[in-house]
Amino acid sequence: MAKLDHEALLSSLRRQFDGQINELDRTFGLLTIETSKDAIIEVLRYLKTAPELQFIYLTDITAVHYPMNELSMAVVYHVHSLVNQTRIRVKVFLDGDKPQIPSATILWPGANWMERETYDFFGVIFVGHPDLRRILNVDEMDVFPMRKEYPLEDPNRVDKKDFFFGR
Amino acid sequence: MSELKPKLTANHLVFDDNDPQDELVTLNLGPTHPATHGVFQNVLQIDGERIVSGVSTIGYIHRAFEKIAEHRPYYQITPLTDRLNYCSSPINNMGWHMTVEKLLGIEIPKRVQYMRVIVMELARIADHIICNGILGVDTGAFSGFLYVMQEREFIYEIFEEICGARLTTNIGRIGGFERDFNEVAFEKIKAFVKRYPPILTEFEELFNRNRIFIDRTSGVAAVDSETALSYSWSGPLLRATGIDYDVRVHEPYSSYEDFDFDIPVGENGDVYDRYMVRNEEMRQSIRIITQALEKLENEPKGVFHADVPEFYLPPKEMVYNNMEALIYHFKIVMGEIDPPKKEVYHAVEGANGELGFYLISDGGRSPYRLHFRRPSFINYQMYAPMSSGMLLSDAIINMSSLNVIAGELDA
Repeated sequence: MAKLDHEALLSSLRRQFDGQINELDRTFGLLTIETSKDAIIEVLRYLKTAPELQFIYLTDITAVHYPMNELSMAVVYHVHSLVNQTRIRVKVFLDGDKPQIPSATILWPGANWMERETYDFFGVIFVGHPDLRRILNVDEMDVFPMRKEYPLEDPNRVDKKDFFFGR
Repeated sequence: MSELKPKLTANHLVFDDNDPQDELVTLNLGPTHPATHGVFQNVLQIDGERIVSGVSTIGYIHRAFEKIAEHRPYYQITPLTDRLNYCSSPINNMGWHMTVEKLLGIEIPKRVQYMRVIVMELARIADHIICNGILGVDTGAFSGFLYVMQEREFIYEIFEEICGARLTTNIGRIGGFERDFNEVAFEKIKAFVKRYPPILTEFEELFNRNRIFIDRTSGVAAVDSETALSYSWSGPLLRATGIDYDVRVHEPYSSYEDFDFDIPVGENGDVYDRYMVRNEEMRQSIRIITQALEKLENEPKGVFHADVPEFYLPPKEMVYNNMEALIYHFKIVMGEIDPPKKEVYHAVEGANGELGFYLISDGGRSPYRLHFRRPSFINYQMYAPMSSGMLLSDAIINMSSLNVIAGELDA
């Protein structure tokens, strides 16, 4: 089957979720939409179950930290319609100090570890997740290391400053 | 066999309510155990030989690649991708190059694309060889493993001829290859394409109709397609359940649309089907390589990278004698290229499934954010839930046939 047309996909979503869908981007043939954390599960459910869309495959869940933004945490879902050979990217922007979003595990059990990983690295709380623990880092860790405020190396080291490299 | 069908339960141990008389044994399978082929820990609660419930602990070799990648120029991230699925590094390398090229809008010449296809398919064969060979070892047949392991050595020799490295290859560059394939490399590829199919047949003859092998694998860890999809399985595991999802066909990259090949699918999603799917994929890979070699004949000789001086390192003699080349050399080495402020998701069909790169560029010298969609990580999460109800020995070969690579699991 042919790829889903971006306009048709958008208008279908807009018809269903009036005013809750924002188009962000469609570069490289991948439509990116933004929605709110209140609507996210319903949007994903609609994408998954609408017979003309059938985005049944959850490719990935991750997060991005934008410390300069007011809503500084973005949770990003990549969902794939295998039948229509179309991908869509759904973003939700959250308050970075207290990021909370409903868990997608009720739609896809496979979201479990993806959400655990996102929690582990960004501290995003997935409400309703059955087992929200750290997954790759040690349990005793008390920071969320992929957030931008945590530098890669020890900030007290003086021998690796950009200054010495003319930067 | 039907009573061995795994029941999907919650992914946690049930210590209190299901064992009032304290009859169950808690077994630590791993982190280092000869039967697990890597650093995997599973705490299992067992009743005799049958697993009651289990929980996976992962992250033993987590190396924070995503964080490191945020501090490195694009070309220095390639060696990090080597260490994801280290059994088929070239696929990861190529996937990363293609992601950056998509971001930068670089058009790759057809000859380079075909060369990349050859390298990726060789890597896929090398990966499947390990998986199926070790599956044989775990079911009690060592000789098949030795037969095909020798072939993997020939593949590594080809990689060595192309890029100088064998396991963590760092093969190719953003924009093409670092050098052309030499004559020896082409000869070795041609020789391999000839010699491998009969050896694979020999390997299959050892296993496909082998009574012991079928008893050990058929019906073990069977997963239906609906469950596999809901757990976001991909690659040979998903195809063994009967879903014909292959990124090479769904979203062709590197000119896979020019090739004629089949996507093998299984029916039951059990260990035997996964084994058969991988075997057939190796045959299809040979088919693809043969076609790629033919297509290379018709392409202009000596083209091994795109003509993008601002992203591709100039040859050294140019750097010494040519002002432009010197400037570009300096800018590229210092990572001062100008990527557009865009987001890109690019997926390739890794040996274990859909390997995705989600790259966000803010126009700086290194990615603002890079996320790897690692098939092993996503495939492995079903391991503990599906193990409950299984025999311990079945769980071991189930792990072999999932082909979880620790580097890819933990990133």
